[in-house]
Amino acid sequence: MRYFLVLIPLALLPLLLNDFWVSQVLTRALILGVIALSLSFLATYLGVVSFAQVTLAGVAGYAVAYFGPNTVGLGFPLPLYVSLPIALLLSMAAGALIGLVARRSRGIYAIMITLAIGVAFFYFTRQNYALFNGFTGFSGVIAPKMGEGNWGDPMPLYFLALGVSVICVVLVNGFVRSPLGLAVQAVRDAPGRLLALGIPTTYPIVAAFAFSGLIAGSGGILNVWFQERVSSFSVGIGPIIDVLIISVIGGLRHPTGAFVGAIVYVMLDIFAIDLIDRDRFNLLIGIVLLAIVMAAPNGLHQLAIDWVGKLRGRAEQPRTN
Amino acid sequence: MTLFFVVTLNGLTLAALYFLAASGFSLIFGLMRTVNMAHGALLLFGGYVGWSVVDATGLWALGVMAGGLAAALAGALVQIGVLGRMQGDELRQTLASIAISIILADLMLWIWGGTTYQVRTPSWLTGGTRIEVLGIGYATVRLYLMVFALSVGVGLWLFIQKTRIGAVIRAGVDDQDMLRALGYPINRIFVLVFAMGGMLAGMAGVIAGSALSIAPGTDLQFLLSSLVVVIVGGMGSVGGAALGALLIGLAEQYGLAYAPTYAAVVTFVIMVFVLAVRPQGLLGRAEA
Amino acid sequence: MKSLKIAVSAIALSAAAFPASADDITIGVISILEGAFAALGQDGIRGVEMAVADAGGQVAGNNIELVVVSSDASPDSAVSAARRLIEQDGAQIIVGPLSGSEGLALRDLSRSYPDVTIINGSSGAQDTTLRDPSENFFRFGGDGAQWMAGVGTYAHDTMGYEKVAIVAEDYSFPYTQVLGFMTEFCSAGGTVPAKFWTPIGNADYSSVVYSIPQDVDAIFVALGGSDAVSFLTQYQQAGFNTPIIGGSITIDQTVLSSDAAFRDMLIGAPAGTPTVSDYDSAEWQAFSATYSEMFPDGLGAPSIFAHHYYMGAQAALLGLEAVGGDLSDGGKAFRAVLNDLEFTQPTGGTMRIDENRNGIVDNFVIEVFEREDGSLGTRAIEVVKDVNQTLGQDVETFLAAGPVSRDNPSCP
Repeated sequence: MRYFLVLIPLALLPLLLNDFWVSQVLTRALILGVIALSLSFLATYLGVVSFAQVTLAGVAGYAVAYFGPNTVGLGFPLPLYVSLPIALLLSMAAGALIGLVARRSRGIYAIMITLAIGVAFFYFTRQNYALFNGFTGFSGVIAPKMGEGNWGDPMPLYFLALGVSVICVVLVNGFVRSPLGLAVQAVRDAPGRLLALGIPTTYPIVAAFAFSGLIAGSGGILNVWFQERVSSFSVGIGPIIDVLIISVIGGLRHPTGAFVGAIVYVMLDIFAIDLIDRDRFNLLIGIVLLAIVMAAPNGLHQLAIDWVGKLRGRAEQPRTN
Repeated sequence: MTLFFVVTLNGLTLAALYFLAASGFSLIFGLMRTVNMAHGALLLFGGYVGWSVVDATGLWALGVMAGGLAAALAGALVQIGVLGRMQGDELRQTLASIAISIILADLMLWIWGGTTYQVRTPSWLTGGTRIEVLGIGYATVRLYLMVFALSVGVGLWLFIQKTRIGAVIRAGVDDQDMLRALGYPINRIFVLVFAMGGMLAGMAGVIAGSALSIAPGTDLQFLLSSLVVVIVGGMGSVGGAALGALLIGLAEQYGLAYAPTYAAVVTFVIMVFVLAVRPQGLLGRAEA
Repeated sequence: MKSLKIAVSAIALSAAAFPASADDITIGVISILEGAFAALGQDGIRGVEMAVADAGGQVAGNNIELVVVSSDASPDSAVSAARRLIEQDGAQIIVGPLSGSEGLALRDLSRSYPDVTIINGSSGAQDTTLRDPSENFFRFGGDGAQWMAGVGTYAHDTMGYEKVAIVAEDYSFPYTQVLGFMTEFCSAGGTVPAKFWTPIGNADYSSVVYSIPQDVDAIFVALGGSDAVSFLTQYQQAGFNTPIIGGSITIDQTVLSSDAAFRDMLIGAPAGTPTVSDYDSAEWQAFSATYSEMFPDGLGAPSIFAHHYYMGAQAALLGLEAVGGDLSDGGKAFRAVLNDLEFTQPTGGTMRIDENRNGIVDNFVIEVFEREDGSLGTRAIEVVKDVNQTLGQDVETFLAAGPVSRDNPSCP
C-alpha cells in the first residue's frame, strides 16, 4: 500500500509545527475529511450525493454530548465504553433510515431529499430543548482523560484523528471489495438489471447509507471533542455546504480526495481574511471555490494525479474536460 | 374560527409569493436539470436594484422592471460565463452556483450594506384593506400578491403552452438530445431560459421587498423555499410549482399560528414525506 | 489552470502569515463581518479603532497591533477565531465577540487558556458571567436583562399598561431581554398573558399578528433587524394600533429611518438600551462627534456595538497602561487591574465591574420622537443608574428563579 508512505510525514508533522497548525489546521482538516469521506464514499460507490452527512455526524456528536460530560446539566452520563457504541449505532441507524427514505431517489432528487432531511434536523435541534438544548446546544463536552491531560489536547487529538482517518479509509476500501460493497456498486451501475435478476436494491442502499453513518459518526464524535461543544449551528446549512465543497474540490473519483479538499478548504477558511481586505474575504473564498470547480472538474486530487502523470511523461488518464 | 380563516388567507398570500419566487427556479430546473443555487442571490439582487430605482425615481413599476432586468442580465451572464460550460454535469453546476451565490452575496453586502430595506409602494398598494366578512384589516399589498402570482402563472403557462419558443422549451424538457439533433441552438435557448428565470427571480425580489423586507439572508431563505416548492410540486411544471407553493405556504402559516415551536420543521418534513412516497414530486413525471 | 495556480500560490503565501514583531502588543478582535449581522459587526470594529486612536495607537511605549477575525454568529466559529488569535497570532488579549451564544462559548474556552484575557464585545447572554463565570472573561457592559432596566416600571407606572403581550425571537438573547422587562413589570403589578416566540429570520408574521389577544394594553417586541421591520409593517397593515414597547435592538436606525407606514405608530414608544443616539450629555456628544469624524461612511451615530466594543477595548488599553504593557506573568497583574478598573464611559456614567466581572451600568429608558424635520429619533427620558446583573435583587433569590427560558419568568 503506497498510501502508507503518506503516513510517515503525517506522523512527523506535529514535531515541526506549533499547536495552532496541529490543531486548527491539521486536526480540523482530518475531522472534516472524515465527514467528507462519508459523502465521497456514497458519491463514488453508490452514485448518490448526500447532503445529510453533517446530520449523521451531528447525531453521533449530540449522542456523545448527551450521554457524556457536559456543562449544561442535560442528559445522563454513561461510561465511555457504553456511550461511544451508542453514538455510533445511532448514527448508523440514522444513516439506514435516510437510506430507506431516499432509496428511490437518484441524481438531483437524492440531493434534495437529503438536503431537506438535513435542514429539518437543523431546525429541530434549534427548537427542541428536551434532547438537544435548543439554540445554544451542549458545551463543555470534554474528551476522555488520558494521563495528565485528555484526548482533546492538540497532540493526542491529532493522532487520534489521524488514526480514525486511516481506519475509515481502510474500512471503505474493505467495504467496497466485500460482496455487499459489490452489490452497492451494482446498484450504482445498473439498478434495473439488478431488479431484473430478482435482487432487491433496497438492502444495498440502506447498508451503504448505514456504513456512511458509521464513518460520518466517527468524524462527528471527533468534532465534538475538538470543539468541546455541539449545537444547532454544527448541523446547519453552513457546515452542510462546507462538507459538500470539501468533497467536490477534493474530487469524487477517489474517496481519499476528501482529505485533500479538507486541507485546502481549512487553509482558505482560516487565512482568506489575511489576504484581502477583512470585509471582503468571503469574496475570495467564493472566487477560489469557483476557480477550482471550473479548472479542476474532477477535483484537486485528480488534478494532482494528472500533473504527476504529465511530469512522468505519460498521461495516466485521459483528461475529460 | 376567524383566526383559522385569517391564517388560511395568510397561507394563500404567502403561497403566492413563494410561487413568484419559485417559478424562475422551476423553469431553469425543468429545462436544464440545473439546480441553480444562486437563485436566491439573483432574487435578492433584483430586490436591491428595484429598491434603488424606486428610491431614486419613486416609480414602483419601474423598480419592478429594473429589478427583473438586472437579475435577467446577471442570470444570463452566469449561464454564459460559468454554468453553460459544464452543461450536463449537475453536481459541478450545483457547486459552481453555490460559489457564485457566495460571491454575489458578498458583493451585495459591499454595495448595499447589511441594513434592511423595504421597497416603497405606491399608495394603492400601501396600508390595509378592511375585509368585512372576517371583521379584520388586511395588508393590501398581500391581496395584490395573489393577483401578481396569478398573472405571472397564467402568463408563464401561455408562454410555454402557446408560443413557439415555449414549444421548443417543452421539447427540451422532454428530450434535449433530439432538440439538439434537430439543429436548434440549444445553448442560446439555455441562456434565454436562464435570463427568464433570473427575471422572474428579480421581480419576485422587488415584490418580496415590498410585501415583507429584504436584507442579507433573504437570499438563503427564498432559495430554500424555492427548492422545497419545486421539489414538492414536481420539477419543470408550472402547475407543480403552484401546488407546491400552496402546500408549503399554508403549512408554514398554520405551523406559525398553531405550533410555532416546530413551524420551521414542518415544511421540510412535508418535503421528505412527499419525496419518499413520490420521488419525482406531486405533479412531476418520473424520469426515464 | 491559471486560476488554480493563483489559488495555490495564494495559499502558499498565507502559510507565511507573519506573527507581530516583538515590541508590539497584539490585541485580537472577534466580530461578525459576514451575513445578516455584518453591518453591526463592522460598527463594533469601529469602536475598537476609536479606542486605539484615543490612545494614539500606543500603550506604555508599545505599538498596538489589531488583528481582526470574523465569526459568523455561531459558537463554533467564535471558538476557532479565538484559537487562531491565541495560537497563531499570539494574542493575549481578545476583544469580542458580538452575539450571546458566542459569548458563552468563549467563556468556556477561556478556561483552557488561563493566560489569555477575553474582554467581551457586545454579547449579552446572562449566564456568560452570572452562572459559572470564568476568571479571565470580563464584560465591561451589561447583559440583555440589564439593558431593559427601567422599562417595565415605566410601562406600568407612567404609561399605565396593565396587560402586555410579548413577541420575541426564540433564543437566549430575547429570553434575557424579556426577563429584564418582566422582572420589573410583573413586580409592579402588570401581567403578561401571552408570549409568542418566533424563529429567527422569520419574514412573515401575519399569522402571529392576528393571534395576539385584542385586550392587551401594549406589545413588547424583542425582535432585531429585518425581523422587527417585517413584524411592525405587517402589524400596521393589519390595521391594529396597540402601542409598542421595544427591546434594545428592536428600534434601531433601520426601523427609525424606514419610511414604512408603521412609523407613526412608533412615536412615543418606549424602549430600553444602554446606548442612545441623541443623548445630550457632553461626553456622548464628544464621542459621537469623534465617531462621525473618523468614520464619515459609518452609521448616523455610534450603535450599541460601537459603544460596547469601544468600552471593551478601552478597558484593555487602560489595563495595559497600568501594567506598562507587561503581560509576561500570563496577564495576572493586568487582570488584577481590570478587576478594580473604573473609567468614564461614553454615555457619561462610571463603568466598573462586579465580582463576577460583569459591568454595573447606566441604562436608559428611551422613547421615539418626531424631530422638527419629520424624521424619527430616540431620546432619553429616564436614566437608571448603577444597574447590576441581578437587577437590584438579592443574588440568592435571583439565581433561585433559574435560567431564562421560554417559560421563565411567567406572570400570566
